[in-house]
Amino acid sequence: MSSSQQPAQAPAPVRLITAFGSPFAHRVEVALALKGVPYELVVEDLASKSELLLAHNPVHRSVPVLLHGGRAVCESLVIVEYVDEAFHHGAAPRILPTDPYDRATARFWAQFIADKCLKPLWLSMWTDGEAQARFARETKESLAVLDAQLDGKRFFGGDALGFVDLAACTLAHWLDVLEEVAGKRLVGDGEYPALRRWAKEYTSDETVRRFLPDRDELVAFFAANKERYTSMVRAAVQRQ
Amino acid sequence: MAEKGVKVFGMWASPMVVRVEWALRLKGVEYEYVDEDLANKSADLLRYNPVTKKVPVLVHDGKPIAESTIIVEYIDEAWKGEYPIMPADPYDRAQARFWARYADEKCNPALFPIFTATGEAQRKVVHEAQQCLKTLETALEGKKFFGGDDVGYLDIVLGWYAHWLPVIEEVTGASVVTDEALPLMKAWFDRFLAVDVVKAALPDKDKLLAANKARREQLLSA
Repeated sequence: MSSSQQPAQAPAPVRLITAFGSPFAHRVEVALALKGVPYELVVEDLASKSELLLAHNPVHRSVPVLLHGGRAVCESLVIVEYVDEAFHHGAAPRILPTDPYDRATARFWAQFIADKCLKPLWLSMWTDGEAQARFARETKESLAVLDAQLDGKRFFGGDALGFVDLAACTLAHWLDVLEEVAGKRLVGDGEYPALRRWAKEYTSDETVRRFLPDRDELVAFFAANKERYTSMVRAAVQRQ
Repeated sequence: MAEKGVKVFGMWASPMVVRVEWALRLKGVEYEYVDEDLANKSADLLRYNPVTKKVPVLVHDGKPIAESTIIVEYIDEAWKGEYPIMPADPYDRAQARFWARYADEKCNPALFPIFTATGEAQRKVVHEAQQCLKTLETALEGKKFFGGDDVGYLDIVLGWYAHWLPVIEEVTGASVVTDEALPLMKAWFDRFLAVDVVKAALPDKDKLLAANKARREQLLSA
């Protein structure tokens, strides 16, 4: 058979192991959609983890996990970079910028969001007293820096949605759900105007919208897990 | 006139700074090194990294970048034609990034408590750190370096263990990376430290020992 008659090799199948309500899985779904990658969704019950998940993410045993032709990629922002590189084709939007300096800047802000915003935010929701005040203060200081960083831009990277927006997605759709469930108001009226505007832009984006979990279901989900989060966070804070 | 050239803001005893120097040296890039007194940070450092105010900071033609692993990836991309630091294949890159995160987010916090722990508490934290490093070791399996035949991104990220962990072991009396517990990692330490550009950027071991001894005494008496 000559090479021109050989069938084109079918692209390796893509599966995404996810769980309801995860902002980390959301990041990956948006990334896959931006690149136009078809995939099969495997939804986990994290209270009863599947062999598939445990086999492919033995280190963290968490979602999301991307399976590309049977090979696993773990850690949501690592997966997003992988999706950006492995599935890029001519017409697809870039998730990370192409310029090295801009890429470094995007990675810096994604890390800042993870370490200085999301981590203390989570801890502030499920603690009380002195510890809670400390985490809330740290979160708010970081949100102020982030707000300033937006500086009138539509998205963190400029006109188009990208890596840093995905990194910050929790702040757009999950923050007020957490505040409601935890009974703790972190963001006051009128605070962080740029971030609020960005949150509206992000959640109304035509691609993002398809992957935002229903708000009422999110509230029910986090409320059902509130005690578990509280004891996990208490243990983590004690170890510090 | 536009600022030209490469500057690294660092601190002589910082393992995170050495990552950046290794990357630059592998690429054959000349740079100016600025040593900071972290108790009295320079105006330049604060101007270049107002957000976290930490070292290392790389300044390339006047443009600053912070966070050591991010700087290393930047160096690889900015000097693309030179020595390749990141793997070529996207899947291998994802694996390298995964393990770098695991090391910095899980192993480093597991190592820090060893510094001030004593007695039974020390035994416990050493064991936990060894578990972490054992997991990391799986990324090495059968290879000369984490990057394969040659030093790559993950070697640069983890390489500080090879020079700093023996110092911490001597200062604390703990045994962490031993032939029994972590044979692959121990063997990699020797291979890594034999690389010329690695040796060239290491801080003096005696100086490091003295500084760490003093710091430990200070922390234990506090």
